[in-house]
Amino acid sequence: MSQKQRKGREPLIRMVKRDDLSTRRAWCYRGIAFVLALITGGLLILALGHNPFSVYRDMVVGAWGSATVIRETIKLTVPLLITSLALALAFKMQFWNIGGEGQIMVGAMAAGLFGFFAAEIFSTPVLIGLMLVAGMIAGGIYGLIPAFFKAKWNTNETLFTLMLNYVALAFLKFLMNGPWKAPGSSFPKMPMLVPGGRLEQVLGVHWGWILALVLVVVAWFYFNKTKQGYEVTVVGKSQDTARYAGINVKRVIMRTMFISGALCGLVGMLQFAGADYTITEGITGGVGFTAIMVAWLAKMNPYGMVVVSVFIAMLERGSNTIQTIYKIPASASDLLIGIILFFMLGCEFFIRYRIVVRGRGPRSREEAGHA
Amino acid sequence: MTDTVAVCMEHITKTFGKVCANRDVSLDLRRGEILALLGENGSGKTSLVNMLSGIYFPDSGEIFVHGKRVMIRSPKDASNLGIGMIHQHFKLVEVFSAAENIVLGQPGSLFMSKKRIEAEVAALAQRYGFEIDPAKKVYAMSVSEKQTVEIIKILYRGADILILDEPTAVLTPHETEKLFAVMRKMKDDGKSLIIITHKLGEVMAVSDRVEVLRKGEYIATVNTRDTGQAELTEMMVGRPISLRIERPERPVGEERLQVVDLSCLNAEGFKALDKVSFSVFGGEILGIAGIAGSGQKELCESVAGLYPSIGGAVLMKSEYEGEPVMEPILGLKPDVVSSKGISMAFVPEDRLGMGLVASLDITDNVMLRSYKNGRGPFVDRKRPRALAEYLIEQLEIVATGPGAIVGRLSGGNVQKVLIGREIAQDPTVLMVAYPVRGLDINSSYKIYDLLNEQKKKGVAVVFIGEDLDVLLELSDRLLVLSGGRVSGVVDPRTVTKEEVGLMMVQDLSRASDGEEAPPPEQLRLDLQMQGVRPGDDPGSGLGDVPHSTQNVASDGHSDGAERREP
Repeated sequence: MSQKQRKGREPLIRMVKRDDLSTRRAWCYRGIAFVLALITGGLLILALGHNPFSVYRDMVVGAWGSATVIRETIKLTVPLLITSLALALAFKMQFWNIGGEGQIMVGAMAAGLFGFFAAEIFSTPVLIGLMLVAGMIAGGIYGLIPAFFKAKWNTNETLFTLMLNYVALAFLKFLMNGPWKAPGSSFPKMPMLVPGGRLEQVLGVHWGWILALVLVVVAWFYFNKTKQGYEVTVVGKSQDTARYAGINVKRVIMRTMFISGALCGLVGMLQFAGADYTITEGITGGVGFTAIMVAWLAKMNPYGMVVVSVFIAMLERGSNTIQTIYKIPASASDLLIGIILFFMLGCEFFIRYRIVVRGRGPRSREEAGHA
Repeated sequence: MTDTVAVCMEHITKTFGKVCANRDVSLDLRRGEILALLGENGSGKTSLVNMLSGIYFPDSGEIFVHGKRVMIRSPKDASNLGIGMIHQHFKLVEVFSAAENIVLGQPGSLFMSKKRIEAEVAALAQRYGFEIDPAKKVYAMSVSEKQTVEIIKILYRGADILILDEPTAVLTPHETEKLFAVMRKMKDDGKSLIIITHKLGEVMAVSDRVEVLRKGEYIATVNTRDTGQAELTEMMVGRPISLRIERPERPVGEERLQVVDLSCLNAEGFKALDKVSFSVFGGEILGIAGIAGSGQKELCESVAGLYPSIGGAVLMKSEYEGEPVMEPILGLKPDVVSSKGISMAFVPEDRLGMGLVASLDITDNVMLRSYKNGRGPFVDRKRPRALAEYLIEQLEIVATGPGAIVGRLSGGNVQKVLIGREIAQDPTVLMVAYPVRGLDINSSYKIYDLLNEQKKKGVAVVFIGEDLDVLLELSDRLLVLSGGRVSGVVDPRTVTKEEVGLMMVQDLSRASDGEEAPPPEQLRLDLQMQGVRPGDDPGSGLGDVPHSTQNVASDGHSDGAERREP
């Protein structure tokens, strides 16, 4: 290696794809990412003038410290979990349903139709049954609309579902300001659901949590063991292969999106009849978007979604607590959640790729050996 | 480093994850020579030259260009060193003219003079004997013209080291000859060329030296004139191998599939298939030849019910209460067809994009066509898994087991999964499109054996191929497509490669002058002029169809009878 040679240097950083990382190593990486996230978040807390350790401790205590807060955390988990299942179903088909928000609102409004105006006619179980079915059908149809256009004219479902969110929101505001406005209220809001229309509580939380757990198991079976689930996978991977296999692609797209929308509609109904007892613009709590992240972090595995959605609910709950205790601004605790998610998602890159820095790769080691 | 060496790659190693694409491979290319880089698919030819053209960066090893050690970090570095690569898939802007594509990305003044560029391009073309119209738009070009543009683009950038990655895969025999002539001229002009190929005939025809790779490792470099096809094959495969393809003779059975006047449009609204008619009989292999894009894809996909047609009929042999009937199946979805008790197997050209799902395991792929069987909402994976295990054992599929992801298997094993699944359906008609494309020699011969086995079982096999030599050796009858029309059905035992080559480029639309198909007499005359025996029934393709397919039927039988007499 004489000096006359052309001065060209190895690239500073290059990415090398790897597919040989064992599951254990991968989880190791995720663990490291989590610790790094906590450290970064800790620096932020330190900069705000608080002790990171006590803040973190209070976050956990705020989410799991007492029976009351545990119930609150679970209450946050339920809609997130069911929505994640709904979205994962569509995502498995490569149908980017980001219209969970709208489907939830529509489900809630359909349930409200019965909850507000038919409560006197039916007995509690019948009323709740009607609300449930109405919410699911309405959400399902709201999910079916973009699916129909996708199947028929191959419209872009991402834009379509996103736009439908605003349509649903605008309609909800219209109802709140006009036809469904609570009588005698000077403020635009809907009335409260009569006690006869509210969901029973089991262990202090409405029974939606049991339903959510059942749905997790059902979803796992649906994804992995049923003909329909198999069709969804094949359509998602390659529509040409699906047609070749004799799968009716259009029907599968519409059917799957109806189910996805119906599950979101169910979330709307549960939030209305189990948690809020009324319908506001904030009925979704943003789960229509948060669930996208949950589904991806869990890699479309229903059991994984339980873990991830509990974790995110804990972060949200805990950040509420530290806001009140430490007077940390709400945006700072959002930032904390953001940091953790950034690291968790970012580490997936390192699980897929290896970074070779100049002078550190196998190439340079060999050169060193020559020298 | 002597002056005669243009490129020298030493001890190159490159790995992708666990896969070692190149292990300690060396290559030297002299000035003014054509070096053939020979190896089976997956032997690391393309990844080796990709490191020369700056697409990959080697894990270890050194590259010298004109005696100087270089680091090629990007295609731009390669271009600055005078290295240019012509890829298998062209990288041209469709709406630009040839000249515009050639100057694209070149430094120059803000305004460019079209005339000056066109003159420069024309001068380059003349120097090397290219036939090109610099003002012609790329979308209006044939594949061979596009390739020419790619080559001139590289030359225009001042490359003196050219790498051609399987350039002949898309060309007709005639176009290949023209390309070789151009390559020789470039060589005489002092350029150094590397041609990547796995076709031995081309290696012998054009190269000065051959470097053979096998499984990512360097095997040998030999002078072309000192070697022969047999020796090269042995180096490529690792052991001596017979290159003969069997054609077992057996009596031709009943008519299984009849295609009548089938017409289709392509995406642009032109006729991709124009009144195509033919019949296939049990116990024969009907070869279908034609240059790429002559309607092969549309033909098999419309017969399989996956492509819309605008006219004609497809009939399959079936039974109605014990009576044999010809059932029309055109336009029916694949599952509807199979529900009628008709069993047609189809191995599509795009294996992982249509025949299989790359990210699923073998079991899930094996059940693709049968997952609806059985009652209830749940899928039965037990039987598919057993079938997957059976296929792995019978077809010698190299995989960890039924749970292996199909996309991670090698090309040959992917194809074995696909053909295995289709054959397992016990088809009456088996349609295969380009079944050995990209496969190594061993796998290719395994596939030919499988097809022959099906033929012996009495299955009607339709074999759409690209390698004329193989088509002529394997098929019992050979149908030639040209521009979406049938230019004739010939007997591969007697016809020559050149005759078929002419039929492949025959301009049938001119002969027919519009809507009307040419009368059979005229076509027969055409074929006679090309030296095809009249007895080979050239009229089968066009014209009075039910009648002429009848002809094929009788001819097929009589031909078969003739053949069986030694």
